[in-house]
Amino acid sequence: MEDNVVLTARGISMTFPGVKALENVDFTLRKGEIHALMGENGAGKSTLIKCLTGINDFEAGEIHIEGVDEPVKNHSTRDAQNVGISTVYQEVNLCPNLSVAENLFIGREPLTKLKTVDRKSYNVKSQKIMDDLGISVDVTQNLENYSLAIQQMVAIARAVDMECKVLILDEPTSSLDDEEVEKLFKLMRMLKEKGVGIIFVTHFLEQVYAVCDRITVLRNGALVGEYPIADLPRVKLVAAMMGKDLDDLAAIKGETKDLSHEPLEISAKGLAHIGTVKPFDLEIHKGEVIGIGGLLGSGRSELARSIYGADRANTGSLKVKDKDVQIHQPIDAMNLGMGMLPDDRKAEGIIEDLTVRENIILALQAKTGMFKKLSRQKQNEIADRYIDLLSIKTPSPDTLVKQLSGGNQQKVILARWLATSPDFLILDEPTRGIDIGTKTEIQKLIVELAGQGKSIMFISSEIMEMVRTCNRMVIMRDREKVGEIGGDITEQKIMHAIAGGEGE
Amino acid sequence: MSTDSSSLWNKIKSWPLLLPVVALILVMALNILHDVAVGANPLSFFTITLNQTTSGGTILYGRIIDILNRGSEVAILALGMTLVVSSSAGTDISVGSVMSLSASFCCMLLAGFGVTSTNELRVPLIVGVLAAFAMGTLCGCFNGTLVAYFGIQPMVATLILFSAARAIGLLVCNNMIVYIRNATFGAFGAFTGPLPTPIIIAAICIAIVAVVLRKTSLGMYIQSVGINSKASRIAGLNSKRIIFLTYVICGFFAGVAGLVNSSRITSADSNNIGLYYEMDAILAVALGGNSLGGGKFNLAGSIIGAYTIQAITTTLYALGVSTDQAPVYKAIIVVIIVAIQAPPVRAFFRKRANAKAFGKEAAKA
Ligand SMILES: Nc1ncnc2c1ncn2[C@@H]1O[C@H](COP(=O)(O)OP(=O)(O)OP(=O)(O)O)[C@@H](O)[C@H]1O
Ligand SMILES: [Mg+2]
Repeated sequence: MEDNVVLTARGISMTFPGVKALENVDFTLRKGEIHALMGENGAGKSTLIKCLTGINDFEAGEIHIEGVDEPVKNHSTRDAQNVGISTVYQEVNLCPNLSVAENLFIGREPLTKLKTVDRKSYNVKSQKIMDDLGISVDVTQNLENYSLAIQQMVAIARAVDMECKVLILDEPTSSLDDEEVEKLFKLMRMLKEKGVGIIFVTHFLEQVYAVCDRITVLRNGALVGEYPIADLPRVKLVAAMMGKDLDDLAAIKGETKDLSHEPLEISAKGLAHIGTVKPFDLEIHKGEVIGIGGLLGSGRSELARSIYGADRANTGSLKVKDKDVQIHQPIDAMNLGMGMLPDDRKAEGIIEDLTVRENIILALQAKTGMFKKLSRQKQNEIADRYIDLLSIKTPSPDTLVKQLSGGNQQKVILARWLATSPDFLILDEPTRGIDIGTKTEIQKLIVELAGQGKSIMFISSEIMEMVRTCNRMVIMRDREKVGEIGGDITEQKIMHAIAGGEGE
Repeated sequence: MSTDSSSLWNKIKSWPLLLPVVALILVMALNILHDVAVGANPLSFFTITLNQTTSGGTILYGRIIDILNRGSEVAILALGMTLVVSSSAGTDISVGSVMSLSASFCCMLLAGFGVTSTNELRVPLIVGVLAAFAMGTLCGCFNGTLVAYFGIQPMVATLILFSAARAIGLLVCNNMIVYIRNATFGAFGAFTGPLPTPIIIAAICIAIVAVVLRKTSLGMYIQSVGINSKASRIAGLNSKRIIFLTYVICGFFAGVAGLVNSSRITSADSNNIGLYYEMDAILAVALGGNSLGGGKFNLAGSIIGAYTIQAITTTLYALGVSTDQAPVYKAIIVVIIVAIQAPPVRAFFRKRANAKAFGKEAAKA
């Protein structure tokens, strides 16, 4: 093994029923380097990582780790930790009903002299860890009380706090805002200084160029190549990942039209959900794409949820298509022609043990009613249509959705809502974990839907994505709507408004 | 060729009914072995004969018929229990007591309050039958409300009726065993033509549930809620109402089972009707390969599971095990069957199979 190499994987192959997930893949990680692992949805990134950490039982290949003479075969994540591999998985896998501190220390609790868990000391330690990271949380609170982004930071803090030679981060930034991403990068650079090798998976290309030293690209389970960052500019990287060229920066929004004379689709007056979003007024016209901007925890998702009835509004009134309505729960909103793709895919999106087909038709079936079961043929038709439209990579519509890659699961939920053909569709981080090729397709789809007269509410932690698709932006700060930006939307304007300049 | 046979093997391995069917076959094999050992006809387990009754009718007779007959109540209960387990990741432990209460209520109406024995029915039979169903359903509503709308743990919520329902049944019957010595009432536990009526009733219940699951999307709703109730709500399902509904269905079937059981003995014996049936019903669900953690369910598995349990009981008696000791042997068999499907055990066998395959490939190379 070369001197400065901490981890090598040679000829890794792994098959799932119906899918060759990895075929003869090599990977080399050096000391003190940040190594990007790139590829489209379903390329095999997470699978490779799970082979390294002992979750997947790969059928061929060898893994070597610095300091261990034999080839390493991990059988559990604990084995992996013992040889110095610390991991943050793509889906946050902490315990929502334990406190933040418990989540940080579970399995390695500090003990008192009497060999009982030393609660006091780990609460203090935990608070320090989170404070050092600049995340303001009360560590004694249950994890479920915090947003997905905070949960993601806790998972990162937990992994980083363990002594390790290799740190693996599988899409850790998918729900983080720029500010948190910066915090994470600082942390990564610090660990790099200490000689830790870091594997970093992301679909945000800017982030790759911001921190990484080297890139390994996978396509359809096979290795495309390993490149120093300087040799692989953005265009080439995209081409290597997709196997074809793509201009993902081309404009997709046409002329900004004035839609204020169009009929109102949604009009909220003083709507609020106590504790999550303060009273707000909002009007959305037919055919409009309205973006919501704001920092993490500013109440973006909460505003959307109170309209849809995911969190039932306590005060205020709501009109849909100019009619007063009462929404008690999501199905009421759906019957009024709404749909909402929630941001937390695992907790509120996928039904793991149902098939891709069932997951796609679920909302439509709920809307048509229990006694009007969609025929099997109809179900297959719908499933096939969206698998095709969103290029969902699945062996068959009858595959369990949990067997899909993260990005493909996201597409399935998007399909679920498209299948209900709503007039007003709320998309909360719809492109989370989705590769750049499909991301552009989805943005185009949003603009196209708006062109057909549908109204869309688009929430994204990636401001550029909203700039490219939205007609109007709502700005949130401290759980309150503080302004709107219309006309010519630019990134600067949004940043300025979010940062506390006057909205308009 | 080798890939062909291995894919067939894979199919069998992933067949959801594998476990309950294997369990059933094991029990049958045990019977055959025993018959051979004692020198009887090895196929006597499967023999079905037509016998003359003293009253001049002909009835089917044989061990299989007996198992199907006696297993009816557990099979009926297992239907509802499967749905409850799936939707709420919990069990309804009150079904046995609810059977008893339904039977008591029915018999009290038929005999009149305070009457211990009657030949004449006080109200039309249909009223009593519907009353049993209604009482079961009502209990189901009670359980469902506690679990779905008050968010109480299923085990705790159903513990209330587990202990109370039987006692209420005693109250209803004025602390006595009510005998209904009337052939029309006894019909549910007797024979229809050559077939035991409970078998027919169980078949009807199974058919109804199967048709409902086939023709409506209830099955998908229940599983969806059981797997992820939050996500199901966002997708437009009324998670609470669906959980409630499964408990109502479970209660209704407890009422049906109670009627059958009391009709068999033509009386309402509050202290004994449905005693320990909840255990068999839950076991049937587990034996059927259903996870007690909720989510996906397999109704056919539960039904086979129910009859397997009855087959075990009948076999033990046939082997000459006394009634007091039977539960011990039953427990041992159940432990073995359940252990086979426990994830660590399965993982162990899978790992071994993998290692073998690996070894073979290595040897080839
Ligand atoms: N548990 C599983 N069972 C069956 N197939 C699986 C399983 N996990 C992954 N796969 C398949 O393996 C392939 C690679 O998946 P993987 O999760 O590694 O993709 P990925 O590169 O991480 O994609 P993404 O960017 O969407 O997260 C996919 O086609 C997926 O369907
Ligand atoms: Mg992945």
